[in-house]
Amino acid sequence: MMKKSLRNIYLALIFILLYAPIITLMVLSFNASKSRAKWGGFTFKWYIELFQNQAIMESLYLTLLLAFLSAFIATIIGTAACIGINRMKKGPQSIIMGITNIPLLNAEIVTGISFMLMFIAFDISLGFNTVLIGHISFNIPYVILSVMPKVKQTGKSSYEAALDLGATPIYAFWKVILPDILPGILSGFLLSFTMSLDDFIITYFTKGRGINTLSTKIYSEVKKGIKPEMYALSTLLFLSVLILLILVNRLPKAKEKINNK
Amino acid sequence: MNKTFFKKYFISGPYLFWMIAFTIIPICLVIYYGLTDKSGTFTLQNIMSITTPEHFKALWLSLLLSLASTVICLLLAYPLAMILKGLSVNKNSFIVFIFILPMWMNFLLRTLAWQTILEKNGVLNTLLEILHLPSLNIINTPYAIIFGMVYNFLPFMVLPIYNVLIKIDDNVIHAAKDLGANSVQTFFKIIFPLSIPGVISGITMVFIPSLTTFVISNLLGGGKIYLIGNIIEQEFTTAYNWHLGSGLSMVLMVFILLNMILTFKFDKGEGGAVL
Repeated sequence: MMKKSLRNIYLALIFILLYAPIITLMVLSFNASKSRAKWGGFTFKWYIELFQNQAIMESLYLTLLLAFLSAFIATIIGTAACIGINRMKKGPQSIIMGITNIPLLNAEIVTGISFMLMFIAFDISLGFNTVLIGHISFNIPYVILSVMPKVKQTGKSSYEAALDLGATPIYAFWKVILPDILPGILSGFLLSFTMSLDDFIITYFTKGRGINTLSTKIYSEVKKGIKPEMYALSTLLFLSVLILLILVNRLPKAKEKINNK
Repeated sequence: MNKTFFKKYFISGPYLFWMIAFTIIPICLVIYYGLTDKSGTFTLQNIMSITTPEHFKALWLSLLLSLASTVICLLLAYPLAMILKGLSVNKNSFIVFIFILPMWMNFLLRTLAWQTILEKNGVLNTLLEILHLPSLNIINTPYAIIFGMVYNFLPFMVLPIYNVLIKIDDNVIHAAKDLGANSVQTFFKIIFPLSIPGVISGITMVFIPSLTTFVISNLLGGGKIYLIGNIIEQEFTTAYNWHLGSGLSMVLMVFILLNMILTFKFDKGEGGAVL
């Protein structure tokens, strides 16, 4: 009994630690006073002004576009890589997996400056494309780590059986391999999307002057003071993801219930 | 022979190209810049500049703060992972969900929110005042930076440890108990040794980002506390001395390399504990 309540207190404390800043930001988004230190009454003003703020809307669009494109491209390259790597002999396989781990284990600041040096050395002007390349690069390892275990589980025999029964390799891939590894692909995509959305350091070093994602925009506003519209935007983003994820988690259960009846 | 080789492996071709172009070449460039001066001649000066008092102090402080935050994360995360395992929520995804969800709120904003909470007249001190407790002044000190590191990187410690713990077969634990081990013995002789791969990958995933951060120190340290990350960032964005910045990055890479060697030694090629 004692042990159980201790356990619950501990869980609650960690939960507070994780979610206190999020609650704070949500409360701030309704704060009529521009200062973060004072409560100036309840308002919806920032939510209305958010949609009229061109600069914020533009960086939101850019952030989402980057997250989607980089996650999508990384998922394709990463999944294809897993299938190929899985066919290799042990030696090359472990070398490639070792190199794949480099971006995960390396410091982001080192990765960021190494990209910046390369783009400048090869005279590629910094902009949307360079940020996209940076994001794809740090997303691919996440995709490979999510998909690889599934590819290993699938094994060769069912694929070979499909080929023996007359399926073309592409047909066999769609019908046999893909359904098996799909959960890995989806979680790789989602993880990549989240990482890209939350990234600041790589974007900071590869973006050049003209463009801003939400992260770099917030960072540039730190000294002048963050616009309260930002709090409103992040509250909206957070809530929409929360609702989406709850729905996604509920759907399979609801389906099961219907099927069981 | 050649044709089958091509057919078998071409599917991973795009990634192999990507890996060489965007992982290997950039790192080689950092090393090239780090070992040369502006005229392109070989020099060790960029690396040796770590011994100047200003740079060395930053590196020392970074090491101290990141070690502290790694230890705190481990102490917080291990019991947490044990509790989560004990809850036997068979929905693995739910726990991942709780820890990944905060990431959908921008990392900079979340860290800034701690500024609001920890400030002199912030939320925390107001609460403490209501409870008639002494106020806490940690904003703009190294303690606030440690706090920010623990907050930001705790999930990266919890998830690998949790992933390893739930894979431990309960029968092994039952066997130990049947053979007369008490719960302390079971923990130190069975559970902890089996969870070491998770602990090691957790340590890596907290220590390296803490050691190299420049954002957390900037936001919670009031811009007056310089970590090695801040110095490198300034060399690239304001001082435009890329050679010096690359040299200092190479010093950081030595620490990363040491960490990688350690990881591979304990984690014998499994790597899966990361996710």
